[in-house]
Amino acid sequence: MSRGNFILREPEYEAFLSILRKLLADASAKVVFLVDKNGTLLASAGDAAGFDTTSLASLAAGNIAATGGLANLIGEKEFSILFHEGERDNMHISVVAERLILVVVFDRRSSVGLVRLRVRQASLRLAEVMAAVAAAGDAESGGIEELTEADIESLFK
Amino acid sequence: MSFINYSSREINCKIVYYGPGLCGKTTNLQFIYKRMNPEARGKMISLATESERTLFFDFLPLSLGEIRGFKTRFHLYTVPGQVFYDASRRLILRGVDGVVFCADSQLTRVDANEESMENLRVNLREQGYDPDRLPMVLQYNKRDLPNVASLAELHALLNRRNVPEFEAAATTGVGVFETLKSVIKLVLIDLKRGGRQ
Repeated sequence: MSRGNFILREPEYEAFLSILRKLLADASAKVVFLVDKNGTLLASAGDAAGFDTTSLASLAAGNIAATGGLANLIGEKEFSILFHEGERDNMHISVVAERLILVVVFDRRSSVGLVRLRVRQASLRLAEVMAAVAAAGDAESGGIEELTEADIESLFK
Repeated sequence: MSFINYSSREINCKIVYYGPGLCGKTTNLQFIYKRMNPEARGKMISLATESERTLFFDFLPLSLGEIRGFKTRFHLYTVPGQVFYDASRRLILRGVDGVVFCADSQLTRVDANEESMENLRVNLREQGYDPDRLPMVLQYNKRDLPNVASLAELHALLNRRNVPEFEAAATTGVGVFETLKSVIKLVLIDLKRGGRQ
């Protein structure tokens, strides 16, 4: 795994957001989250206010990691799609561009088939943006490298 | 691998508490959770067995304030300590920015500490990390119990890299925040350097 930091800038963030909003509408979903495989939330669309998004991101990443472990046991690289069916709401989780996790929460107003179709389309576009993130990540990071010891110490006051 | 969001001006870092079974990793997180300002901490998640042994991980998100206009968020994880949960430990180390190695100071656990440290080094290498360069802090926990190894012995056995080390009694909180502060500093210094080896 690369030790380079994952740096997300405004244009790529806005691009992610735009794709998530379109997916939300096209899939008739309730809420959509984009998470990185280490468990950090990158962006969301829909009514995310009622969700503990930090925990959701961490557990979604843990879920993908755990099922990835299961996949290895049967000789698969990973399971790229997970589906959880609830009484009221369902969750469709998929791996995008090997590094991202797309979480779609939907209810009876949609269907697994529709969500799968729309997720597949959105994944292609997300992968394109991710390629731009990776390319930009090699450029100057801008700001963080100027952190001083005093800045760091100020966190603990 | 830290996540820096220039759009929302956020830095997210992942810190993993590693160590042998029952050394006090979860207790560290529980103490931090209890003592942190509710506004600074998120919800603590424990994926544990009925006997409260960590099954997959514990997770505690912390927001520590801003530096240079960036909100800093630290995601603390523990791994299951028991030997047979090695697959889980490897998964949780993915994307780690810093490690707290929590050692059990009791003489009877000396071998378990060494085994766990070696296991950490192997698993870090498997994830593509250089175990000699990743930000790391050592915590010698359970110093309040009888029959503990001396600090010199523990240092000689576990701290060959000579990383910062702290005595602790996590049940009462001794050394818990000192350890956390130290690893956060190391992670941020590493981040400043670009997180590259």
